[in-house]
This record gives sequence, C-alpha cells and structure tokens, in this order.
Amino acid sequence: MSGRVLRVRELARKELTQLLRDVRTRMLIFVAPIIQLLLFGYAVRTDVPNTALWVVDHDRSVESRALIDAFTTTGYFENVGSSDRSSDLADALDAGRAVVGLEIPVGFARTLERREAAGVQLLVDGSQSNTATVALGYAVRIVSAFGRARAPAGIAVGTLDLRTRAWFNPTLESRIYNVPGVIALLILLMCLTLTALAIVREREFGTLDQLMVTPLRPGEFLLGKTVPVAVIALVDLAVISLVAIAWFDIPFRGSAFVLLPAGILFIVTGIALGLLISSVSRTQQEAFMTMFLVLLPSIILSGFFYPVGSMPLLFQWVTELNPVRHFLVVVRVVFLKGEGIATLWPHVGALTVIAAATMGAALWRLGRIGAGAR
Amino acid sequence: MTFRRLWAVARKEALQLRRDTRSLALAFALPALLLLLFGYAITLDVRNLDLAVLDQSRSAASRRLVESFVASGYFRVTAWLPRSVDAGAAIAGGEAQVVLTIPPGFERDLTSGSPAPIQLLLDGSDANTATIAQNYAEVIAARFAPEQRPGTGLPVQAQTRVWYNENLESRNTIVPGLIAVIMSIIAAMLTALTIAREWERGTMEQLAATPVRRTEVVFGKLLPYVAIGIIDVIGAVIAGRLVFGVPLRGSLVLLAVLTLCFLIAALSWGMFVSAALKSQLLATQVAMLTTYLPALLLSGFIFSIAAMPLVLRLVTLIVPARYYVVITRGIFLKDVGLTVLWPEALALVAFAAGALGLALRSFKKQLA
Repeated sequence: MSGRVLRVRELARKELTQLLRDVRTRMLIFVAPIIQLLLFGYAVRTDVPNTALWVVDHDRSVESRALIDAFTTTGYFENVGSSDRSSDLADALDAGRAVVGLEIPVGFARTLERREAAGVQLLVDGSQSNTATVALGYAVRIVSAFGRARAPAGIAVGTLDLRTRAWFNPTLESRIYNVPGVIALLILLMCLTLTALAIVREREFGTLDQLMVTPLRPGEFLLGKTVPVAVIALVDLAVISLVAIAWFDIPFRGSAFVLLPAGILFIVTGIALGLLISSVSRTQQEAFMTMFLVLLPSIILSGFFYPVGSMPLLFQWVTELNPVRHFLVVVRVVFLKGEGIATLWPHVGALTVIAAATMGAALWRLGRIGAGAR
Repeated sequence: MTFRRLWAVARKEALQLRRDTRSLALAFALPALLLLLFGYAITLDVRNLDLAVLDQSRSAASRRLVESFVASGYFRVTAWLPRSVDAGAAIAGGEAQVVLTIPPGFERDLTSGSPAPIQLLLDGSDANTATIAQNYAEVIAARFAPEQRPGTGLPVQAQTRVWYNENLESRNTIVPGLIAVIMSIIAAMLTALTIAREWERGTMEQLAATPVRRTEVVFGKLLPYVAIGIIDVIGAVIAGRLVFGVPLRGSLVLLAVLTLCFLIAALSWGMFVSAALKSQLLATQVAMLTTYLPALLLSGFIFSIAAMPLVLRLVTLIVPARYYVVITRGIFLKDVGLTVLWPEALALVAFAAGALGLALRSFKKQLA
C-alpha cells in the first residue's frame, strides 16, 4: 500500500521536476497565462470609443459646428479629418482612415432657422459589421439629441426619455465580463497541453518502454502523470483569479466554495480530454493537431465571444455537451452575480456528468491500449 | 543554392507529411471546421434578446412601443410582468436579459409633448450583450416618438447609409478576416514543429551530414507548407464566395500576391520559432502565442483596434495579421487596389522578408 503511494509520488515528482526544470517551460506555465489574461482584458472590448469620424461640412455655420462638437464631445467619436468635398469622404472610407462620415448640406442652419426639417447624411463603413452597428447607434442618438435641444419652443415634439440601468455591472465594462471567462480558456489549454504531451512525449522518445519495466502499475502511471498537471492547473486557477481581482478590479461576489469544486470538475474533464488525445496520438505533432481540433470548437461554441443565445438552435444543443460552456457560466455567475449552488446546480451537474463520462472514456481507451501492449 | 537539393528537401518534407495522414487531414479539416463554425454558428449580431415588459400604462401608445421593439427583430417578448412585480427580480432570476418598464402616464406625456420617461433594465453580467441591447433600444426609442406624430418630428434628421456591407451582415466581416486566422493556425501547427522535430528525434545530425545548405533546407521545408496554405486559402475563398455569399469585389491577382506574402511571413515565423527553441512543446506554444492569438485578438478581425489602449495599439503594429485583415476586407468588400492598400502591402512584404531572414539566421546546421 505504501509502496503504491511512494511510486505515484516519485513519478509525480519526476514529472514536476521535468516540467519546472526548464526556465522556458516555467515561463510557459506561469507567464503565458498572465500575458493572455492581459491581452483578453485589454483587447476584447465591445463598446467602441474613439470611432474615426470624417466631416464634410458644406454649411460652415455656427449650427453645423455645434453638431460636429456634439459628436466629438461624447467621446464616442474622434474627428480625424474634414474637408468640403464629398469625394474626400469616400476616399477616407476606402482607405479605412474613417469609419463614419458626417455630411452636412448647404443651408443646414437656414433650414433649422425656418423651422423645417434639416437632413444630415451619415455614411458608415460596414466592412466591420459590429463596430458599424454600434457606431451607427451612437450617431443616430447624437443627432436626435441635437435635434431635440433645438426643437422650437411652443411646438410639442414627442420624445422618449430612455433611462437605462444595468445590474451587476453598472458601467457595462466589457472587461468585467471577459476576464473571468479567460480563466476557463486558460485552464483548458493548460490541462490539454500538459496531459497529452506528458504521455505522448514518453511514447515518442521511447522512454515509455523504460517506465513499463519499472514496477509501476498502469493506474499508478496515470495518477503520477496527471496529479502534477492538476496541481499546476489549480495554481493557475488561483493565480489568474487573483490577478483578475487585484489588477482588473473584477468583483468576486460569490463563494470560492462553489468555484473550487466546479474548477476541479473542469480540470478533471480537461485532463481526461488530454488523456483521450494522447490515446489516439503517436507523436507530439499528432497530439497538437488533435488538440486544436478539440480546442477550437469548444472555445467558439462556449459563449465566450459569442452569446449562445444568438446561435442557431442546433448549435445551441451542441453547446450543452461542451464543458467550457458550463464552466464559463459558473465562473461568470460566481464572480459577477454571486449566486450559489441553488441556481448553478444544472451547470455543476452537467460538469459532473461530462467529467465522469470523459474520464471513463479515457480510462477505457487507455486500458485497451495497455492490454494490447502486453 | 541548387534547385536540385532544394527540391530534394521539399520532397522529403512532403513525403513525411503525406505519410502523416492525420496532420495532412487536419491541415485541411481544421480550416473547413472553422469556416463552418464561423459561417453558421457564430453571428456577431445579437438577435432575439429576451425582453420582459412591465406595462403600467396599458395604452395604445405603450403597445405600439412594445411592437416597435419586437418589429426591430432584436427583441422578443418572453414575459409580461404583472403591475406589482419588481423589474429587478426578472433580471436576477434570469427570466429576461432586458426589462422595459413603461410608467402609467406614458401616453399622456407623449401626446402632450413633454419627455415621456421609460425605463430599461439590463443584465450587465453579460456586458457585451447588454451594451448592444442598450444601443438597439436607444435607437428604437429615438425613432419612436417622431414616428408617432408625423409632421412634428425632430428638426434634424439623420439619413444613414452603410457602404461595403449594406445589410451589416457579420458574415461578410468574418469570412475575409478568418483567412488570416486560419493561416496563423497552419503556421503554429505545422511549421513550428518541422525543425524542432528534427532536433528532438536526432535526425538533425543526419541532415547535417548531407551536403544540403541551410537556405536549401529552409526553402525546401517551407515549400510544402506554402502549398498547403495556398490550397486552404483557395478553399476558403471559394467557400466564402459560393457557400456564404460574401462578395469578392476586388482583384483576385492582388489578393493572391499579398496572400502569398502573408503566408511566407507566417510560415517563416513558425520555422524561426521552431529552429530557435528546438522543442516541439515550446515551439507550438510560442507560435500560438505569437501568431494565432494576435491574429484573433489584435488584428481587428473581430475587436476594434481603435478601442484598445495605446500600448496595445502600438503592439498591433507588429502583428502582420492586422495588415492582412485590412487587405482582405479591402479587396473582398471595398474593391480597392494598391493605390489604397500600398502601406499594408509594403508592411507585409517587409514582414515576409524579415521572418524569412530570421528563419535563415537562426537555423544553424552545425550541432551545438
């Protein structure tokens, strides 16, 4: 009994030493996740400030300048250039120097004075569709607010006064939503890479045969290989969460006692997937390729970038099988909403089922390979 | 450098690839899978947001307002809340992403011309969706009041026109940008392994014993991967055009030439990483960090570069995918040529030359 514990411990220690001995691998395990966290935290934004605005002001009046000011003072638009020829605007959009063009016709101020409806032209570069949609929304709002302020006294202009409040994230910062999600991606990446390679590398180098002749049993071999990965993944989970809270000021409203069990289930699933990949790969190259094949759909169909609710129904069903999707919900709810197991049990339950199923499949596959080798 | 020896290295690499059926299959299957997922599963437009309505006005005007929310296509009413209920409970319970509250005096305010307040409550825990929902709602609200009383509309009206992608279809944005991401993955997966593998397996010594020069090795090893990349790009362009209906308005020749530059830059970079690190594990990870992730996050493919903080904006300047995304969008959607795209084209040529130079320099035949 103690011999078994000893053997597992020795193998685990050998694995950890092998992983942590090399400075470059150490960097990979602990620094790369931080870099990725920073990238996701700063690069991924859905609000679009400083949209490049090109102005063609044919009117050159006090009123037209007031409208341009209304655009730039909001902070949503940045005036990158102006001219009095429409063709310059077309060139600016073509070259990508501007995303939105505002063209104010001759007689704008006079029409306003005569209390008639004055039209302005908004031209939007649609080649980046989400930026265009958001920028167009801002622009329409600015123009109608400008118009409302200039509605002649005495004439009733019906207006809606829309008051918005957002719960859980009052300033609607993308970062607060995205950073907790990165935790799920990075842990999956870590578990898959380290597990799959720990086994495939031994096979490729032929050192698996050396291990076969030691008194190590198959179960002990697997434990010794996977426990270090689980430890590293847990350390990563803690480090990334701390950076998210301390650096990015992400609120942590829930309980670590919900996050930790869900995290362990997710790590087990990741390790099981890594084992499955290693069971179908002979070389590291094959393992990498297979990893990508698993990784990409599980990230794209997780709801990380793209809300699950906007997907076609068929794909929405597929996401139910995706462990990343369930862990993402848990991470986000624990961080931002602070709700507990009472609301999260369907996702934790799904994670449990997926963890058990993938681990079962992995052990079955590896058992068959082991039997074939003997 | 002789062509014969270069060809021999290329043939050896191609043979090795051909025998490695899985890598070869995945080199074609992965791009197809990505196209499928990005083309069908993913849309950046947020539609059918769950809207709960708390209508305290119960008037014709309030019903028309709700109708205009539904008619926009962005919202669907999932619940009509009873008068007494707390709007926040619907959000907290996850019943709705958005709650629209219309107060009792809504119709009176609207007809009298004083601003009629309505309230929108959003589930901010999904900030991305909430921002978009808020944006849609503001536009609907801004257009609603003037439409109710024709003739008394706002004195300034914006006529909006969208160029290049008239219906603002996110597919038209994604597919041209996706080609950059696909190429980066090929670089991270295939070329990043090619030299590290020889080091790890010890076959580098065999290679060193042959009269092959290093330029011949680098070019010879690049060739088969460039071929795979070209096939992938052609497949992606055809699928984008025929399956997803993305317009291809500009010059195919220009697209082909600049794609080749981007391919050489990405693949040479992968090879440089491979030769410098000499370990397959490290090489793929570093290649992924330096090609795939930047192509996804820092290229402007999905996320606007203008919205990033200054430091990141400066970082994007050394991301080749950034220039390539501008080029593919320019050629696919805007029908612009070299007169507009020359800065990006120059940048790509420089990256290709630089990465190739790095690959050549770092690749030392002598065994350390």
